[in-house]
Amino acid sequence: MSETNTIRWTNEDGIVVLTMDDPNQGANTMNAAYLRSMRETVDRVLKEKDAIKGIILTSAKKTFFAGGDLKDLIKARPEDAERLTTWGNELKAQLRALETCGKPVVAAINGTALGGGLEIALACHRRIAADVKGSLIGLPEVTLGLLPGGGGVTRTVRMMGIQEALMKVLLQGQRYKPSEAKKHGLVDELVGTVEELLPAAKAWLATNPSAKQPWDLPGYKIPGGTPMTPSFAATLPAFPANLRKQVKGTMPAPRAIMAAAVEGSQVDIESAFLIETRYFTELAIGQVAKNMTKAFFFDLSAINAGASRPKDQPKTTVKKVAVIGAGMMGAGIAYVCAKAGIDVVLKDMSQEAADKGKAYSTKLVDKGVSRGKVPKEKGDALLARITATADYKDLAGCDMVIEAVFESEGLKHKVFAELQGVVNKDAVLGSNTSTLPITKLAEGVERPADFIGLHFFSPVDKMPLLEIIAGKKTSDATLAKAFDLAAQIGKTPIVVNDSRGFFTSRVIGTFLNEAIAMVGEGLAPASIEQAGAQAGYPATPLQLMDELTLTLPRKIRKEAEDAAKAAGKEFPLHASYGIIDTLVEKYDRKGRSTGGGFYEYGADGKRTHLWTGLAEHFVKKGHSIPFEDMKERMLFAEALETVKCFDEGVLRTVADANIGSIMGIGFPPWTGGVIQYINGYEGPSGNGPRGFVMRARQLAERYGKHFLPPASLVEIAEKGKLWE
Amino acid sequence: MRTFTAGIAAAERNIVSNEAFVYDAVRTPRGKGKKGALHSVKPVSLLTGLIDALRDRNPTLDTNRIDDMVVGVVTPIGDQGADIARTAVLAAGLPNTVGGVQLNRFCASGLAAINFAAQQVRSGWEGMVIAGGVESMSRVPMGYDGGAWAMDPATSYDTYFVPQGISADLIATIEGFSRDDVDAYAVRSQQRAAVAWTEGRFKRSIVPVRDQNGVLILDHDEHMRPDTTAESLGKLNPAFTMMGEAGGFDAVALQKYHQVEKIDHVHTGGNSSGIVDGSALVLVGSEKLGKEMGLTPRARIAAVATSGADPTIMLTGPTPATQKLLALAGLKVDDIDLFELNEAFASVVLKYQRDLGIPSEKLNVNGGAIAMGHPLGATGAMIFGTMVDELERRKAKRAVVTLCIGGGMGVATLIERL
Repeated sequence: MSETNTIRWTNEDGIVVLTMDDPNQGANTMNAAYLRSMRETVDRVLKEKDAIKGIILTSAKKTFFAGGDLKDLIKARPEDAERLTTWGNELKAQLRALETCGKPVVAAINGTALGGGLEIALACHRRIAADVKGSLIGLPEVTLGLLPGGGGVTRTVRMMGIQEALMKVLLQGQRYKPSEAKKHGLVDELVGTVEELLPAAKAWLATNPSAKQPWDLPGYKIPGGTPMTPSFAATLPAFPANLRKQVKGTMPAPRAIMAAAVEGSQVDIESAFLIETRYFTELAIGQVAKNMTKAFFFDLSAINAGASRPKDQPKTTVKKVAVIGAGMMGAGIAYVCAKAGIDVVLKDMSQEAADKGKAYSTKLVDKGVSRGKVPKEKGDALLARITATADYKDLAGCDMVIEAVFESEGLKHKVFAELQGVVNKDAVLGSNTSTLPITKLAEGVERPADFIGLHFFSPVDKMPLLEIIAGKKTSDATLAKAFDLAAQIGKTPIVVNDSRGFFTSRVIGTFLNEAIAMVGEGLAPASIEQAGAQAGYPATPLQLMDELTLTLPRKIRKEAEDAAKAAGKEFPLHASYGIIDTLVEKYDRKGRSTGGGFYEYGADGKRTHLWTGLAEHFVKKGHSIPFEDMKERMLFAEALETVKCFDEGVLRTVADANIGSIMGIGFPPWTGGVIQYINGYEGPSGNGPRGFVMRARQLAERYGKHFLPPASLVEIAEKGKLWE
Repeated sequence: MRTFTAGIAAAERNIVSNEAFVYDAVRTPRGKGKKGALHSVKPVSLLTGLIDALRDRNPTLDTNRIDDMVVGVVTPIGDQGADIARTAVLAAGLPNTVGGVQLNRFCASGLAAINFAAQQVRSGWEGMVIAGGVESMSRVPMGYDGGAWAMDPATSYDTYFVPQGISADLIATIEGFSRDDVDAYAVRSQQRAAVAWTEGRFKRSIVPVRDQNGVLILDHDEHMRPDTTAESLGKLNPAFTMMGEAGGFDAVALQKYHQVEKIDHVHTGGNSSGIVDGSALVLVGSEKLGKEMGLTPRARIAAVATSGADPTIMLTGPTPATQKLLALAGLKVDDIDLFELNEAFASVVLKYQRDLGIPSEKLNVNGGAIAMGHPLGATGAMIFGTMVDELERRKAKRAVVTLCIGGGMGVATLIERL
């Protein structure tokens, strides 16, 4: 294996074509074989350069080059720091040798070049990309908690300037289509097809026999300046401040990227490479990169590859969907379905209500057209696919139902009773309930095997997740169809078994409850919000509670309480319940839509400040607990509830838990999701599940027994294992 | 035998004290900005003018016996770079044997220079030192020297760096000082400075700045606005709102001070210290050398203290520094006749006053930097001189001089009139 050559060499009249083609993998990666092959290739270039007129670097794979070897990187530990440093420096020394060999080098980018792939191309004197569908160009390392350590930071800074490189390429890891990449200067030239690449590359070589990178020419200066340039220095202090404002101290990668970019701008390129390697290594051996790589690469890939879809079911395509209820959710579902080319019948009680639901799509389409993002014809076609109606008869021919009416079991039963005779006999009967048990809802239909929960998130057109809930009687065929719908409309599906609140609603409730309990304890509300933000939640808990309304958890609680009573079970109380009740009943504060909750809102509906009544009625002056405890109470509450979801058979896979928690309910991305948070936990008295359990017990001692770790987790912790 | 000789040596040393005495204190007037009178004057010239004044005022001072000159500068680059202390020694024609060292403790540099000089003298290793500071803010802009704290993203990010205006507003928010409170303090500063000038209270220290031909350039503090009222101040826009919001610095401060929901931006150009040019020097020496030269000591430096504080709220250091100073001297707040805290921002003074329970009539009695300006590196030495003068005028005994400092520090000095 290690003798594998991954770079083929051909020489035609002095034009050397280097074709990257790892025989052991479907894509080229920066593995050991690549590193050795590139070293040999570069040495040969230097040896034979008198006979070389120019060099073309390309790939025989569908993609140009896939980037770093994540299977290897995710295992990096602090003791690997020296090995990674050597590896990074060698990687760049090779490309630097090619860049300065004196002969022009062209990257012929035949397909996607993300991360390491683009970094190789950046070391070339000219980048020509085939503008083919699906091809993406960029440096998305930051999204995996890493930085482009193959020269990506250093060279984009020298190409575009510090600020441009940070904003356009590095800090958000944008993935550009080839045409966009050209606009931002990441590639120099586009051709229409892969076949045109080599001729274009040869044509450029013919007229540029002695190419040099701009930064190797005399008098070169970094565009926009460096900290030594007064105009740049004047704005520089705001860079890290704004970064902290955005990431709230949670993500090490953006900090490292900014540091490598700025520090690297103050020295020669070779020294900049060393600085870049050091920051890369710091990230690679750290926990957050592992968390994010696990979630956003391995878990997401597994889910998108259909790991949880029943294997033996044929692939299906939805042609006509019935969306029942044209409120906010129904309207959004109608839009995403129509956008995916599915005919939609949007049904509500009145034509007026149905039309209002369709108007949501019209608004989105108009916005897209006016911004030039959607061609007018395409937008018109999308809208033409949506039929707004108040008549059940119009549902004839639908092969999928997505019911999104008010959360009431009785109402939902009534709706399905009306429609089940009209839609196709084998139509999937889906309900977008966020809390009601699917098995009970299925009792109201003639075909419970076809009944399934399809839990969308608001706003539907933006939120990427679909939580699919299998009821007791839901068939594999129905489940497979739900998966196929998700793929059709571009949502990431997770699948859970039936239970009250399923996975997402149930778990997010514990986060909010914990924050509200802290209000009740008399902690400063601003601190609670900061704790949420600095734990990494995209929305702070009290703001979020106001958006969801304070009456919603009361309603959910009432239903759960009634169900528990009916089943003769105990209904455990939480300290948050009394606070919510007091706010609603005593102070008439129900949330944003009713004029105020934890916050006050101006006449324009804008959030102004925390309700001063909180300070008056709840805050105990001078009372505080460790800030870290405040953060971890929220994170732990959700993680522990997730473990219970596994214990009760609600969750099926770790990948579903991780991705579902991040994409559905805003669990902090740096954690890699709610189970990876446990597995990757770095605590005061230990790491991983073991450390997590010890810390959970400490929190239980301090803040209540709901923090006691479930036996299943304790068992894993004691064995020193991970939750898998 | 050994103990015996050591005893004799100690006895010999104790013939005179090892106190650090203040023999003189001088300062330039403060020039205001690029349109001000001192913009055309090099910082080294501000220093040489004061060195000349020290020689003129103390004809028996044997400059050959001056060991060193310590000069505080906050932006030691350009005109103020390359050890301006030694440069000034040479430019002023002091003997080549006089050393020169520039130091930087941000806003307290001038006072730190005096404290260092006092420590040198008290150690017995040096006998006569010129100490003070200089800053020509109109010629060398604040922050021009870069530095990792603000300019290195990793450092700045990790240490929650924010500019001082944000810190001052954070203090006001936490302490509940309203815009009216800080403006009222600013009015008081202007009024007290006006009275001090009218009554000639700075006369003993002020050395007018003259050009090389002896033509007068400036003989008064240019920054003052004695007609300032609470109403006129109330019209000014907050100076740090934009910086706090668009610059991201409010968010940085609030992540650390998480119990605060929002920063109330109360500081303006009118209740913050003015940006000015100026210099001040103090002659610090041992009792022995003073006696030998026939110099009359005016005060002694009774104690000095330095303390760090949280770098994000940054400007709260004077309180712990003063507490440390008083503990060293075995004194209480009530034992001190005058307190002089540099008026970097109004909230800084109000907080210090509240922390230590200082009556208004003892605090910044002749106004301060809000009225007269804050020539960074020089200010500590300027207000030191102001206190020496004021103790004499009042025939009072003790004054505490202190300043808040970038990076979260405080330096304090206890002066006792002789």
